Amino acid sequence: MIPFTHVDGKNCGRIEFYGLSTCIWCRKTRQLLDRLGVAYDYVYVDLLSGAEQEKAMAEVRRWNPNESFPTVVFAGSSCVLGFDEAKIRAAVGQ
Amino acid sequence: MSATAAVSDKAVDALLEKLEREAEASGYRLNPDREFARELVRSLLLNQERYGYWACPCRLAAGVKAEDLDIICPCDYRDADLNEFGACFCALYVSAEVAAGERPAASIPERRPPAAARRAARADGSLATPAGRLPLPVWRCKVCGYLCAREEPPGVCPICKAKKERFERFI
Ligand code: SF4
Repeated sequence: MIPFTHVDGKNCGRIEFYGLSTCIWCRKTRQLLDRLGVAYDYVYVDLLSGAEQEKAMAEVRRWNPNESFPTVVFAGSSCVLGFDEAKIRAAVGQ
Repeated sequence: MSATAAVSDKAVDALLEKLEREAEASGYRLNPDREFARELVRSLLLNQERYGYWACPCRLAAGVKAEDLDIICPCDYRDADLNEFGACFCALYVSAEVAAGERPAASIPERRPPAAARRAARADGSLATPAGRLPLPVWRCKVCGYLCAREEPPGVCPICKAKKERFERFI
């Protein structure tokens, strides 16, 4: 199990945010999701270790073979890489 | 506990000023958005505490120095990203245009190969190249003679600050 933390908000389908606690683009992307007021689940992969971290990386890799952060997965069907305001707005219909 | 609690503002400001001075002296520039740069410098100090070295804040460190050498700041990918995108992956370092506010720094694609490709490159010891064949071209600064082996010359010579166009292909 990947230990996500849930953020409450408007339901736009399941949004999974994979990031790093020190990454500035991850911070900006979360700030944008917070501003948009959508519900999402986030995990900081650098704060995980061992099997948990491997599990999270396997999931990141599935969406993003470059293994970069942030990787945000929308409804298990599309993803946005890096801090990309236009694409995130489009993905949540705002 | 907040992830950034362990680093003092004083230490952040001291390192930011040091990096600024060094960047200026060698022809590089830090992001002109000071708060943005401060947050990255704070993360560098945090990674210094966590890993013992300045692992890139925006990449997942292995925590094993030999595997993270390429992402110790300034990373192996900075100069190529400055040339191509006007900023390094984190946008701590930026091009002259970005520093002057002529274009914004943005989130860019990852240039670092994924973990499996890095492991394979380490295993096949790609440094042992056949004699007479170099893995990269060598560039020479015609002003001061500085040599560097990389895809393209730097935007500015780190020694004498001559511009990119003053470089010639040497080997
Ligand atoms: S991307 Fe920028 S901040 Fe990150 S290690 Fe490279 S030079 Fe440093």
